[in-house]
Amino acid sequence: MKKEISFTLNNETIEVEADPKWTLLYLLREVLEMTGTKEGCGAGECGACTVIVDGKAVDSCLYPVMEIEGKSVETIEGVALSDGTLHPLQQAFIENNGVQCGYCTSGMIMSAKALLDKKPDPTEAEIRLAISGNICRCTGYVQIVESVQQAVNMKK
Amino acid sequence: MKSYEYHKPQSVKEAIDLIGSLDHAKYIAGGTDVMVMIKQGKLAPANLISLRSISDISYVDTKDGLKIGSGMTHSEIVDNEFIQKRYSALVDAAGNIGSGQIRNVATLGGNICNAAPSADSACPLLVFDAEVVIAGPNGGRTVKIDDFLQGPNKVALEKDEIVTGIHMPDFGEKTGSAYIKHTRRKAMELPILGIAARITIKTGGSQACCKDVSCTPDNATNMLKRVEDEKFVCDDVRIAMSVVAPRPIRAKKAEAALRGKVISEAVLNEIGEIAALESQPRDSIRGKAWYRRDMVKVLTKRAILKSIERILRPDNAKYSYR
Repeated sequence: MKKEISFTLNNETIEVEADPKWTLLYLLREVLEMTGTKEGCGAGECGACTVIVDGKAVDSCLYPVMEIEGKSVETIEGVALSDGTLHPLQQAFIENNGVQCGYCTSGMIMSAKALLDKKPDPTEAEIRLAISGNICRCTGYVQIVESVQQAVNMKK
Repeated sequence: MKSYEYHKPQSVKEAIDLIGSLDHAKYIAGGTDVMVMIKQGKLAPANLISLRSISDISYVDTKDGLKIGSGMTHSEIVDNEFIQKRYSALVDAAGNIGSGQIRNVATLGGNICNAAPSADSACPLLVFDAEVVIAGPNGGRTVKIDDFLQGPNKVALEKDEIVTGIHMPDFGEKTGSAYIKHTRRKAMELPILGIAARITIKTGGSQACCKDVSCTPDNATNMLKRVEDEKFVCDDVRIAMSVVAPRPIRAKKAEAALRGKVISEAVLNEIGEIAALESQPRDSIRGKAWYRRDMVKVLTKRAILKSIERILRPDNAKYSYR
């Protein structure tokens, strides 16, 4: 039986009918048709589905949809400004070849953003730790770490 | 996937009443294990009872020892300065479980109730003589962690009971602890082997054990030399190992052999040998039994040295749990 839930999605309060067995990822992709968030493994191993809930990066594929009632959810669709200006992280990923196939990118950016929101000037070790739950099979991570570092410098 | 209802009780009592009145009901905390099992078809509950809205199981109390609510996430434990300093082994474990995304939702209670043979928090809780506080329809009870863990995914908990907290005694300032998770990579990994130690030392000749000790992390050789020079005596010790038996276990013979002794390299090597004899590892995809047994020797010594180092280093010196 579906239930009404209300939460904040990218700074907008929304109300949706949700089936209790859905995950947050299912709601985002299949119901709200926001396909920027990706499904990789579906078991919390790869981080492709990372979104930010109340300031913390979480795997949306394991997040029961009923738990987002009253919470604030941030997805890749909400990272750029509404006029289309890219977030420094997005700009830096483009400029540093932080994107190859692109499948991990949304998750990478959300993990990095959760870090930068809390710690605007992280060390390389802190960056690597923050994205250690995100698997990338293309880049070897070097360009991704450099992208995050550039975003840090752009914000200064 | 079968459909289920999702319940969000606000109190422990409400949760217990719910599970008593619903068919095929299961508790869910952070959900990082339960959701995976549901997706894989290993679990098909008709009702999930979420423990996430219960504020009573989300606390840290440091007045007399350490009391942690079962609903505390691994991230919350890692960020707690008191736990970092005085119950370091727990931070070593909580900081290396899964990934940041997992640690942000997975709870301490969930980790021990799932009771994987490789559960990271189990070894630290064993060396801290933790007690598991349980609430049930007939009131509350307390079980020692050593009795709580029974086997692979098996704990001393009835279906309708809830672990509400984990309590540990105070060990004083001359106690250090460490957990070493032996892995091939640094994240999203289960241990090939896990070893935790807690040691309380008495200084031999001089009273001032912290004097002249630099706060920079030292290598094992220097640490050993310093320990031998100062003639530290082991007042009390606990050693726990995981993935070497169906459930995480204490190396009780090794503990007994170290208690009261002056710590030296020879003694530590002997302790490692004894601990290895107490382990019963199996061949698995992550490592062969002979390798695991060999690593018990090495890591037992290292975990004890790391624990001693943390006593010697001044309070304000930050250590890395990675």
